[in-house]
Amino acid sequence: MTPPLQSVLSPAGPDGVLLSRFSWLLFAVGAAIFLVVATLVLASVVRKVRRSQSRRLVIVGGLLFPVPLLAALMGWSGWQAAQLTWPFSGTRIHVTVTAHMWWWEVRYRDTATGREAVLANELRLPVGERVYLALTSEDVLHAFWVPALAGKADMVPGRVHGLTLHAAAPGRYRGQCAEYCGTQHAAMAFDVVAVAPQEFDTWLAGQALMVTPPSLSGAALHRGREVFLAARCGACHTVRGVAEGGTLGPDLTHVASRSHLAAGALPFSRAALIGWIANPQAAKPGARMPPATLAPEELQALATWLETLR
Amino acid sequence: MNGPGRTPNRLPRPPGEYAALERAWRKPAGWRVLTAVNNTRIGRLYLATAFGFFLFAGILALAMRLQLAVPGNDLLQPATYNQFFTMHGTVMMFLFAIPMVEAIAVFLLPGMLGARDLPFPRLSAYAYWAYAFGGAGFIVTLAFGLAPDGGWFMYPPLTGKEYSPGLNADFWLLGIGFIEISAIAGAVELIIGILFTRTPGMTLARMPVFAWSMLVVAAMVVFAFPPLIAGTALLELERAYDWPFFIAARGGDPVLWQHLFWFFGHPEVYIIFLPAAGMASSMLPALVQTPLVARRAVIASLVAVGSLSFALWMHHMFTAGLGQLETTLVSAASMAIAIPTAVQVFAWIATLWRGRVQFNAPTLFILGFLLVFVLGGLTGVMVAAVPFDWQAHDSYFIVAHLHYVLVGGLVFPMFAGAYFWMPLFNGHRMSEALARWVFGLVFAGTNVAFFPMHISGLLGMPRRVYTYGSEMGWTALNLASTVGALLLAGGVALFTLDLVRTLRRPQKAHNNPWRASSLEWLPQDEYATRSQPEVRSAEPLWRQALLVEQVASGMHWLPGSVTGKRETLVTGWRDARPRHLLVLPGDSWLPFLCALGTAGFFLLMTMQQAVAAWLFGALAIVTLVAWLWRADRPLAAGAAFVAEGIALPVGAKGTASHSWWATWVLVVVDAAIFASLAFTLLHLSMRLDTCPPPGAHLPGAPWPWLQATLMAASSVLAWWSGRRAGQWWPMLAAGGCLVAAFAADLGAHRYAGLAPSRDAWSAAVAALLAYEGLHVAVLAPAVVFVAARGKLREASRATLDNTILLWHCAVGQALAGLVLLQML
Repeated sequence: MTPPLQSVLSPAGPDGVLLSRFSWLLFAVGAAIFLVVATLVLASVVRKVRRSQSRRLVIVGGLLFPVPLLAALMGWSGWQAAQLTWPFSGTRIHVTVTAHMWWWEVRYRDTATGREAVLANELRLPVGERVYLALTSEDVLHAFWVPALAGKADMVPGRVHGLTLHAAAPGRYRGQCAEYCGTQHAAMAFDVVAVAPQEFDTWLAGQALMVTPPSLSGAALHRGREVFLAARCGACHTVRGVAEGGTLGPDLTHVASRSHLAAGALPFSRAALIGWIANPQAAKPGARMPPATLAPEELQALATWLETLR
Repeated sequence: MNGPGRTPNRLPRPPGEYAALERAWRKPAGWRVLTAVNNTRIGRLYLATAFGFFLFAGILALAMRLQLAVPGNDLLQPATYNQFFTMHGTVMMFLFAIPMVEAIAVFLLPGMLGARDLPFPRLSAYAYWAYAFGGAGFIVTLAFGLAPDGGWFMYPPLTGKEYSPGLNADFWLLGIGFIEISAIAGAVELIIGILFTRTPGMTLARMPVFAWSMLVVAAMVVFAFPPLIAGTALLELERAYDWPFFIAARGGDPVLWQHLFWFFGHPEVYIIFLPAAGMASSMLPALVQTPLVARRAVIASLVAVGSLSFALWMHHMFTAGLGQLETTLVSAASMAIAIPTAVQVFAWIATLWRGRVQFNAPTLFILGFLLVFVLGGLTGVMVAAVPFDWQAHDSYFIVAHLHYVLVGGLVFPMFAGAYFWMPLFNGHRMSEALARWVFGLVFAGTNVAFFPMHISGLLGMPRRVYTYGSEMGWTALNLASTVGALLLAGGVALFTLDLVRTLRRPQKAHNNPWRASSLEWLPQDEYATRSQPEVRSAEPLWRQALLVEQVASGMHWLPGSVTGKRETLVTGWRDARPRHLLVLPGDSWLPFLCALGTAGFFLLMTMQQAVAAWLFGALAIVTLVAWLWRADRPLAAGAAFVAEGIALPVGAKGTASHSWWATWVLVVVDAAIFASLAFTLLHLSMRLDTCPPPGAHLPGAPWPWLQATLMAASSVLAWWSGRRAGQWWPMLAAGGCLVAAFAADLGAHRYAGLAPSRDAWSAAVAALLAYEGLHVAVLAPAVVFVAARGKLREASRATLDNTILLWHCAVGQALAGLVLLQML
């Protein structure tokens, strides 16, 4: 059985572990209390007690038991909350995540090297290092939630909310928008990929690069790029080095380095790419991307070129 | 009153007395059924309508569950699904839950209190018809694909004009408007009814716990609904006139909506739960044949829960970026509310232990209520813990929690109540055999549907998703939930069939089958009881032998009709001794027509059909004026004999008048709306770097002073007109000053360049100004009305008094508004 992709109870970082353990504790205590109360309720069918005993039950059950228990829970809850990683922007890596309907704009900034990279729908983290996220929204309310690593934070237009992520083990952790944001709220997911620090630095350096200018071998690749420009895909999508300034849609400079298309709606593959471009409404009705009026040959060439954008 | 053991009246009763009573309270037939204002008639309509909406919203939920039964399903398109889940939540919360608890109160409470009816029968009728028309119009939007789709709490900016350009959100705002009217009207009825019209001898301490819960709930409505009224008005202003309260780019804040909505929304769920808790407290003693254990603690707990519930609203916003202090306080309060809740739960358990438990239908549902609600309450304490909420919020864990507390906390007691109180309708009980099946299906269905959602939520399933991938590991859980939903639906369907079957049986006497102790089980008819009982304990039918026979033969209070009209006794709120005779209005077309006009006006305006809208609006205004004209007429008899040797005044004025106190309730509602608008201005101001924002100006020095002077003068003149009720000029002069003051204010702001569309702060100032204008628009015609009624005799000055009270309230707000603006 595959491990759960997005589970609170399969944590991958210190915050996730704390929250997972806290959840189990709450569940255990809650279940115990429920069993006691349920037993008392069902036992009432057989038992009969004197008035003074019944008053005692109300005092014990209604006051003597809950008050200290709730006080302890409040204390423990506050203590646990304090142990979580509070938003802290003194980290090496800053990521600004801006939510759109229905995709994630991701901007990296390495404060040590000054390197910047723009991508979409995927985050990578160096294992064992805290990374600061600045969360906001371009349009309506969204929420950033990757259960394996942290609690969720709302993304509010006009505000920036901080969230510091810390992955302890390499792996792929799925996240999803957790604030209803319209038609395709259900299909607004992202991946958080934790990799070894070396690998992370290499990846970031690669993401920061532009598309290298046409030493493209093969007529198909050249043709694909032409189609991209002729069909004015660049009006919405930036591919640095080819088309700049498109901010309505995700940055595609390194689209082929990502595992999914359309914010988690489709796993990345050539067929998915072609299907998506030809008719986005089939996979994600209501998506803002218009269908492409391209001939099959053009679609094939475009896909070939896009597949090289690693 | 005559000595102990003596009844207020003796036999034999005079001939014609009973006939006069019957005649006054006769129920209308044929088309005139629509004119009914008696609480037994309106109560039945209310219950049926609320239950109908429950079934409708339940069918929407079934469709949703079928869509989610398998991953990647295409049974419902996403746009449709989003309308369905929004409508499911909205209809359940606003067209079922609140109206159902109001309906139960309307139907049951006067009987429980020994009163003949609620104090404002035409208002109840109006509130019901407004709800019925508004609700019907609202659900029809679904057929046109115009149903709202922003979720039942409709967060902007998604629900602003830019992202919801269609009429869908406007229909939601409209539908909510009707519920607001209904709820406020209900609150007025309940507070005045419970405090003023209890039968003699029923002190507050002897009042049934259900009545206590309704009193608490009515007070909660008075404070909880105004922020909703303000918030919905602001959203509509933003959508219609581009006043950017919630648009960040122009200084607005989406989180403002969340504050306003949840300040209503959290007390709302207790407004839904407390009546059900009160029902349980009232049913259980009869079912186990022993008084409620720790009754005073239970009543104190109701008050505690009602008050504390106003401190919790931010727990719906733990992920919205609030500060640590308020987060901690709200978390603590959210846990603390478990304590008075636990007191009630253990009081019920203790009562079950003390008494004899029999497995009849109401008892089964009360046992089910305890199990399901307690589980929901426990998950509530879990999410009160902030770190856990940071994972659980907006996931299916919350969906599980809310359904356990709402289905457990309202639906189960509702079923228990139906089985328990059914004999009041036509004397028959529902089928015990079928009830076991209903219970089994409903209980099993509830748990099978909602328990798995705790797990799918913790496995990462967010709320409000129309589908999910097969790789997520949520498939089996969702399928189980769908099966559970079908079981639950089966139980509800079976119940409905039995309900219809039972109601069609011929009328007979119920003979108090549960051997209950409270007054609603006295023999009742359209006129309630033949005479209003003198009560000497909290369990009158158990402690006062012969009460049933005495009341039925007319030996208690007010066994007939003194004026030939419908009447009930007004008693002192502390000592429950009779004070005066309240003459109640009879059946009338006016509430029905006025509601039709109101509903038609707002619905057609939303659909942008201005001409047709104004036709309905005219109907509403004409019927309203006719209604008010006929209210507050001097009464023929000066004093009435309600018992042997006891004569009471007919009607009352000044602070003894029930309508005076009803006006006070409206004053509090009005002030709370004003406070919500003031909060809006403060919240938006706090988010600015410079205040007023660049480009916005307030009127300069002399204007606020001029306005304050004119307002104060109008208040003084209004007070004077109360002292000199026969003269018309003080009232007209007061009106003149008021209009002049508002004109000055409006002019000054416009001269200063107030542009509400430019930025949210200006819009908030404009909103306060508009609210002031609304008061002037109501009070100025009121002046004309009061003056035109001419001879304002001392004997019938309720309208004058109430108008003056509202006047002072309006002036107070205007002055407060001025101070607020000058301080910012």
